[in-house]
Amino acid sequence: MSWIGRSIRRFEDRALLLGRGRYTADSANGAAAVRFARTPVPRGRIRAIAKPDGAMIFTAADLADVKAIRPLLHRPDYIPIAQPPLARERVNYVGEAFAVVVADDAATAEDVAESVEAEIDAEEAVVDLDAALAPGAPKVHDAGASNVIVEGRLHTQGVDAAFQRAAQVVEVDIRSRRQSAMPLEPRGGHAAWDEASGRVTLTCSVQMPHMLRTGLADALGMPEAELRVIAPDVGGGFGQKMQLFPEYVVLVWLARRLHRPVAWLEDRHENFLAAAHARDQHYIVRAAFDAEARLLAVDADIRCNVGAYSCYPTTCGVEPLMALAELPGPYDFREYAVVARGVATNTCMMAPYRGVSRPVLTFTLERLMDTAAKRFGIDPVEIRRRNLIRKFPYTSASGLVYDEGSYLQTLEAAATAIDLPAFRREQARLRGEGRYVGVGFSSFSERSGYGSRAFAARKMDIVPGYESVELAMDPSGYVVARIGASPHGQGLRTTLAQIIADGLGVPPERIRIVHGDTDQTPYGWGTFASRSLVISGGACKLAAEALARRIAAVAGSLLEASASDIELADGQARVKGTDKAIDIARIARIAY
Amino acid sequence: MKPADFEYHAPKSLDEALALLATHRDDGKLLAGGQSLVPVMNFRLARPAHLIDLNGIAELDYLREDKGVLRIGALTRHAAFHRPALAGPTGELLRQVVQHIAHYPIRMRGTFVGSIAHADPASEWCVVVRLLEAEIVARSQRGERRLKAADYFHGTFATALEIDEVLTEVRLPVLDRSWRVGFYEFSRRAGDFALAMTAVALKRAGQKISEARIAIGGVEDRPSRVAAAEALLVQGRSPADAAGAVASAVRPMEDIHADAAYRKDLVRATTERALAQALA
Repeated sequence: MSWIGRSIRRFEDRALLLGRGRYTADSANGAAAVRFARTPVPRGRIRAIAKPDGAMIFTAADLADVKAIRPLLHRPDYIPIAQPPLARERVNYVGEAFAVVVADDAATAEDVAESVEAEIDAEEAVVDLDAALAPGAPKVHDAGASNVIVEGRLHTQGVDAAFQRAAQVVEVDIRSRRQSAMPLEPRGGHAAWDEASGRVTLTCSVQMPHMLRTGLADALGMPEAELRVIAPDVGGGFGQKMQLFPEYVVLVWLARRLHRPVAWLEDRHENFLAAAHARDQHYIVRAAFDAEARLLAVDADIRCNVGAYSCYPTTCGVEPLMALAELPGPYDFREYAVVARGVATNTCMMAPYRGVSRPVLTFTLERLMDTAAKRFGIDPVEIRRRNLIRKFPYTSASGLVYDEGSYLQTLEAAATAIDLPAFRREQARLRGEGRYVGVGFSSFSERSGYGSRAFAARKMDIVPGYESVELAMDPSGYVVARIGASPHGQGLRTTLAQIIADGLGVPPERIRIVHGDTDQTPYGWGTFASRSLVISGGACKLAAEALARRIAAVAGSLLEASASDIELADGQARVKGTDKAIDIARIARIAY
Repeated sequence: MKPADFEYHAPKSLDEALALLATHRDDGKLLAGGQSLVPVMNFRLARPAHLIDLNGIAELDYLREDKGVLRIGALTRHAAFHRPALAGPTGELLRQVVQHIAHYPIRMRGTFVGSIAHADPASEWCVVVRLLEAEIVARSQRGERRLKAADYFHGTFATALEIDEVLTEVRLPVLDRSWRVGFYEFSRRAGDFALAMTAVALKRAGQKISEARIAIGGVEDRPSRVAAAEALLVQGRSPADAAGAVASAVRPMEDIHADAAYRKDLVRATTERALAQALA
């Protein structure tokens, strides 16, 4: 019986449920407390920063040798924006840090940070998405001709003709307001200098320790080998913890400068204010339908407020370009015109947050379907029935290939499950009594499990994608799998062990998954975008197959059989069809 | 989210607390359950130089019925009302209302009297105090004052309390069994601040309503009774008419959660539903 798919107790839960998890703050005892002084002014030039006497405070002037964070997309329509570790000449959003305070305890650090005063010549700020696009709007950055810092366009050949021959043109205008991921554990890090090795260990609440180390080493101009990044238990990420935040650059800089451990533990207020936000978007969508309510073409104007900076490594293109490519969703239409813009404003940086744009674009498409159904006087289920993709493989108007899907079957199953005709009769009866009950239908398609090719198509300078695993059986027959992915609640310690267990014929309890430490694991990209089980799981499967072949080779020689006749199951290597077998643990000992 | 520096005082008697408050006046702040004060201190929106903790004053910790009055001391927690504090409609009303106050851990610590001192416009207990026309007892070194609920609430977080006074007790007149009560609240999420709420008490005489009280909260800057709507019920008009009268009488606050028109619509609905409970 396969371990994959079997419901077993999660290995990670016991410690968490007992309150014995190890989070970043748990390693911060004895460290100096770090607090950032943040501006209440959305936009302005810094004239001077007054530091109270006797306190340890650093500003951009002290960090002159630290490089700005400047993520890149290799697209002509992308304007790179540099984010200094602490605001240098100007501040660009409420909450941007302009100084860092180091004190003996958190309360003192907060008191001191409050007393650091920046003299700022306030300038006219632009915070609203549509206002930032208006002619004559204040420009957040000098670079570029407007506040548009990334712009994707697509226009298939027959769009105009489709709108001309449309029986109905339906338009929806959807505005989604700014959201924040709000992980239970806010951001935080502990950076410790080790005199003996000359290295810094940064323990922090992140989803991607290896990628963070690369970004930190680049910013600080140091070899990666001199930096160890540990992601211990992480109290939720949701995308907010997959950025190279300037705070982490400053923390490592402080540890190297002061040669003492420092800890920054963000509070909830700071997390709301200054951690990444998401989904401040505006979609204006027109759709051409034929007389049978079938979609002919979609024309979309997608606007995303990306805030004052571009997030590393995904860049400010992540929301608009995701929306551009994925807007067609589960619906079949051949003609598509789209302009998707990332617009800079004097607000906190936007970053990927669960689903990246898809919650809003799904809402937009579904409103479009419901609006059109009303226009045509047909049931919302019927209009979806007529427009869902039916034939696979299918290539969308934006060029995505759908291998297969059961959109129509799922819709029909849902309608049947609630007995839609009966519901409609009941709804009409209750409406007569003045009671309003309703039912809504929503279909969606989410692309996930991104590999290198999908990321490379985005033209990111940093191309995540693959995952690696180092798999070793020790002399006791137990297995250690070191992975580059960085689970933080996804249960990979259990599910990856199940995958490896099937490959090796040993129970998952004998497999230990090691993650979240750049000293102990091979390079990997971390855990985000619903990809770890697919990509890291795939790596584990391949590694287990390779190890299984070696176990079978040893077993074959011991049992005087061909390696190809050896099967691994229940902790034993057995010659197929016989009772000749040997414990896998015994094989491990002999092999060593 | 650490509060600004403050000096902590733990008086053991009311007299000691009154003396501290008389000394520190504007710079002093009283701590009971702390469920509103401590968060705003952590946000540094409140920065009292002196925090005077009432929790060690045993004489303020009581809840008892006394000659037709429910006397609620300053340290009585919300959770004391999870089960009826007394038999009859008053106990039932309090039991029903308390379920709407924030969440369980907050109710274990927050106090009834603290809510009245804080005077949040969306406070459920403030509405109850108006509905039952409670008496509010304020003590200072200058003596004791007894304030009427109708005169007590001055606006958002504003009351008739003087700077050196401690609100020591709320006295709720107990309704006899001829009264029926109802309460309905609307908030976006369970436990969140109410956008509108209505508490009602109806005195039945046979099929007729001989006396009606309707108190609303979350709509205006303070809880209020709506006399015009109460009169309609006594005249035998329908709950819908009374609810309509409430909606037309109010001058709602507007904020990010609800504009005036929406709050009017909500308070009409909460009133009608509270009345339906009382009439059921």
